Amino acid sequence: MPRHVVAKATELPPGSRKLVRIAGRAIVIFNIRGELFALSDRCPHKGGSLSRGKLTGLVESRAPGTYHYSRVGEVLRCPWHGWEFDVRTGRSWCDPARLRLMNYTVSVEPGAKLVEGPYLAETYPVAIEDAYIVVETK
Amino acid sequence: MNLDTPLVSELESGDADAHRQAPARLKIIDGDVHPALRTPADLKPYLSARWWEHFQTYGGRRRSGMSYEPYPKSQPRAARRDAWPEEGGAPGSSLRLMRDQYLDPYGIEYGLLGPLGLTGQSEFNLEFAGAIASAVNDWQKETFSKPEPRLKSAIVVPYDDGEAAAREIDKRADDPAYAQVFMLTRSQEPAGRKRYWPIYAAAERHGLPVGMHVFGASGHPYTGAGWPSYYMEESAGHSTSCQTVVTSLVMEGVFERYPKLKVVIIEGGFAWLPALSWRLDKLFERMRSEVPHLKRRPSEVIREHIWVTSQPMEEPRNSQHLFDVLEWIGWDRLLFASDYPHWDFDDPFRAFPPGLPRERLKQILSENGKRVYRLS
Repeated sequence: MPRHVVAKATELPPGSRKLVRIAGRAIVIFNIRGELFALSDRCPHKGGSLSRGKLTGLVESRAPGTYHYSRVGEVLRCPWHGWEFDVRTGRSWCDPARLRLMNYTVSVEPGAKLVEGPYLAETYPVAIEDAYIVVETK
Repeated sequence: MNLDTPLVSELESGDADAHRQAPARLKIIDGDVHPALRTPADLKPYLSARWWEHFQTYGGRRRSGMSYEPYPKSQPRAARRDAWPEEGGAPGSSLRLMRDQYLDPYGIEYGLLGPLGLTGQSEFNLEFAGAIASAVNDWQKETFSKPEPRLKSAIVVPYDDGEAAAREIDKRADDPAYAQVFMLTRSQEPAGRKRYWPIYAAAERHGLPVGMHVFGASGHPYTGAGWPSYYMEESAGHSTSCQTVVTSLVMEGVFERYPKLKVVIIEGGFAWLPALSWRLDKLFERMRSEVPHLKRRPSEVIREHIWVTSQPMEEPRNSQHLFDVLEWIGWDRLLFASDYPHWDFDDPFRAFPPGLPRERLKQILSENGKRVYRLS
């Protein structure tokens, strides 16, 4: 389980996002109200870059005339055709079993811990006093 | 790896842009690229003082059904969210971004421009319509085709005024910067009616295809039963306006009068075309004396004169169904279209389902377009 240091924690405040490349994979990281999510960036439908997508909510209707809006900011819409993905699972709304985004474990780690390894930080300078965002690839 | 479709796994496993390299061998003709004005003032250099003043003072007056910015249509300005130029302006207004994001990485040999929005089409004031259309034609050439010869301008015509439209075609047809005559499917009357014949005569005279792009504001509701509630209804309804175009052109005998005329239906899908052909043939067999000017079965006329573009394609779960439809239409009749920079953009290398033979893909992406448009 290689772990990759991709950013300083301060680079990704709540409400922001960052597109990174790890071993040829494009991965987009979101900070949603302090919670981090890492997902593959390429839409499985036609290939749009999800880092340019809108974070929206889930509109549901249990019966005609009633509406329910939930999951505010946790549904990612592709910038091209508007396909929706759940940022928590990577699953698409329209075909959750078959079409989903790879989601990666992402965490904030203190620099002091990172310099001990076994993290892959060769392209990212790590200082003991800072905190970093670490993505785990499978 | 939790992605289990082969296409996706392939993209996830390595360089996500790998598919962009394969196509270098295939040169693509794109039948639907949308340029945009940065601001209406972009047209000022091409308008007389009289018409610029008129536009500043009174603006446009369009038939109901489509304002300049009707509603976001899924994404703002109906555009890909990644197509907004850093330097400002609307998606489609930056030649730089169009090159960087689309023409270069995908290896586009030619893109056929189709201006929408402020084009003079659907205006009440026909003289104003003619002035704006002509300005849009100058602007396209100067802004896009001249600096970037891969982009072919359209001769936008104020089609509600057939004579003026024909004059606009005559004025520009000899200029290789222009590759098609451009109309919209929601016209005031069905497209085959006599008022539009001067346009078809001029197009045929100059060997230019007529592109019929969806949208337009006719003043009529989108459906025969009035206005629908939702964008999805409007969007799916484009195929019915395209059917009106094809039916009217055939029934009015337009192709009997202008036997070399080529018509390209743009952005209206295509799976409806075989069913329409069969239905028209059935009626023709029973009632041909109503249209004695029509000498051949409608399906034969359609097969000879009508082309269709790919985007937005019908996407049946079983791709064989799509291939069957194309077999019925004719593999030489479908032209690839991306609709760049709009939200329902199709990537030429991901638009078509796996299993499409390479020779067929080549026809759609490149060869068919070369035959329809006059491209060097």
